[in-house]
Amino acid sequence: MIDYSKYLNEGARNIKPSGIRRFFDIANEMDDVISLSIGEPDFFTPWHIRETAITALEKGKTRYTANRGMIALREEICKFYKKKYQLSYQPETEVLVTVGGSEAIDMALRCIIGEGEEVIIPEPCFVCYDPLTRMAGGVPVAIQTKAENEFRLTADELENAITEKTKALIFPYPNNPTGAVMRREHLEALTEVIIKHDLIVLSDEIYSELTYGDRPHVSIASLPGMRERTIVINGFSKTYSMTGWRMGYAVAPKELIAPMTKLHQYAIMSAPTISQFAAIEALRNGDDDIAEMRDQYDMRRRLIVDGLNRLGLTCFEPEGAFYVFPSIQSTGMTSDEFCERLIYDKHVAVVPGTAFGACGEGYIRISYAYSIKHLSEALNRIAAFLKELK
Amino acid sequence: MDKKMEKLLKLLQDDAKLTVSQLAVMLNLTEEEVTAAIQKFEKDGVIKGYRTIVNWERTDVHRASALIELRITPKKDSGFDELAARVKAFPEVESVYLMSGGFDLAVTVTAATMSEIAMFVAKRLAPIDGVLSTATHFVLTKYKDGGVDFITDFDEIDERGSNLCD
Repeated sequence: MIDYSKYLNEGARNIKPSGIRRFFDIANEMDDVISLSIGEPDFFTPWHIRETAITALEKGKTRYTANRGMIALREEICKFYKKKYQLSYQPETEVLVTVGGSEAIDMALRCIIGEGEEVIIPEPCFVCYDPLTRMAGGVPVAIQTKAENEFRLTADELENAITEKTKALIFPYPNNPTGAVMRREHLEALTEVIIKHDLIVLSDEIYSELTYGDRPHVSIASLPGMRERTIVINGFSKTYSMTGWRMGYAVAPKELIAPMTKLHQYAIMSAPTISQFAAIEALRNGDDDIAEMRDQYDMRRRLIVDGLNRLGLTCFEPEGAFYVFPSIQSTGMTSDEFCERLIYDKHVAVVPGTAFGACGEGYIRISYAYSIKHLSEALNRIAAFLKELK
Repeated sequence: MDKKMEKLLKLLQDDAKLTVSQLAVMLNLTEEEVTAAIQKFEKDGVIKGYRTIVNWERTDVHRASALIELRITPKKDSGFDELAARVKAFPEVESVYLMSGGFDLAVTVTAATMSEIAMFVAKRLAPIDGVLSTATHFVLTKYKDGGVDFITDFDEIDERGSNLCD
């Protein structure tokens, strides 16, 4: 019997499994499970986008594209960032089309982080930043954001986390799992600290089009002095319900995009061609789809927030993404206990807040990428669950 | 129309079983406002009723339906309206549209069997004064009706969840 662990490097040996998995495994063994655990849109990719991909396939568009992605797509991405977030990038040199936003995060970290350099990660957050930082040789430094600040990162928290080894800040807003957003006034306070300490920012804006209320997303790169030190990461998965197409991108100054492009060229070659055609169509003719899906999410969000607050699972009003992050502290249980009992007793699957960082203790993540009917049934079951606890 | 009112109608059009309190929360209105708006829509004939979409093919009840093209002579004073009024009065008739193009009225008819529909066309529609010709097209399969997919039960399929990271 070969001892494979000796072949694995230290990084690979130490990668932690995602904390979401355990509850999926339980849920898979049960019938009649209502899941609120999936961070993926329930809508299908709009038909005109799918149809464009079919046409591209029929025309035999099955070869590699330019390593950076098709120029037509890069032009549309630049137009999109200009129109939506008032940021100008050069399609020729400042855009890299990647296999999902995750690849862009990986490429960026591997290009900028040196051995032992620290990367600040505000938690709770998406589960990939920590392992990808480690595999790039960096040291993740978590900041525990607080419910009383609506899970926003504050300038003081950032200042306190910075050491002489700090190289970069990962900036995941609108936030998965809390639904927190950073408004211009919150960003202004932060950028002073970022510039003072000469940090690079990885702004993961994958949920940028899913913000609710009248105030649209503000990219941190659009603040004075920030464009030159920010790698903006975005993609099509959440905005256009295109998860399976694996389409993402990074925009940044050309000096940062150039090494990422080289790495991408050797590791990936180019993003899937058919998906790139679909992405062009999405950017050209998808504004109405975004508005329609955002409207739907917004109504669901209101329904679930209201329902949870009535049940005493208090949550601040999430303003972005498609998650709510209610407190379950009134039950006296830990997040893990709560989720485990809820799935065994009522067959409702939710994710413990601790899957997204230690400061998620006392919270659960609920996804509202589900139909109204589904959400209503889940609320009924949670109500029954809480009643039986008393 | 006010944006919220438009949304209210769309929500009800998709699912008439939503409760007033659910609608109120989703639209950021009070329950009283929602109730009043629905009553007004009903009174003004904007909301014409609440029905259930039934896929009869999944039952053992016999149902046949057809689309019938009618070419008709417009009347001097009332144009197509008078004939359309006569056609729509038959309970077998589900919808009547005035069309542009090669014929005038598109009529959908539902009955227990195809032969009943054939008899209805021959004995009721064709003899009406002013009807020049009829062409009957029977429906073989309903793929989609009233905006609802009749083939796939999307509700029952959730393919998501194989990705455990997000």
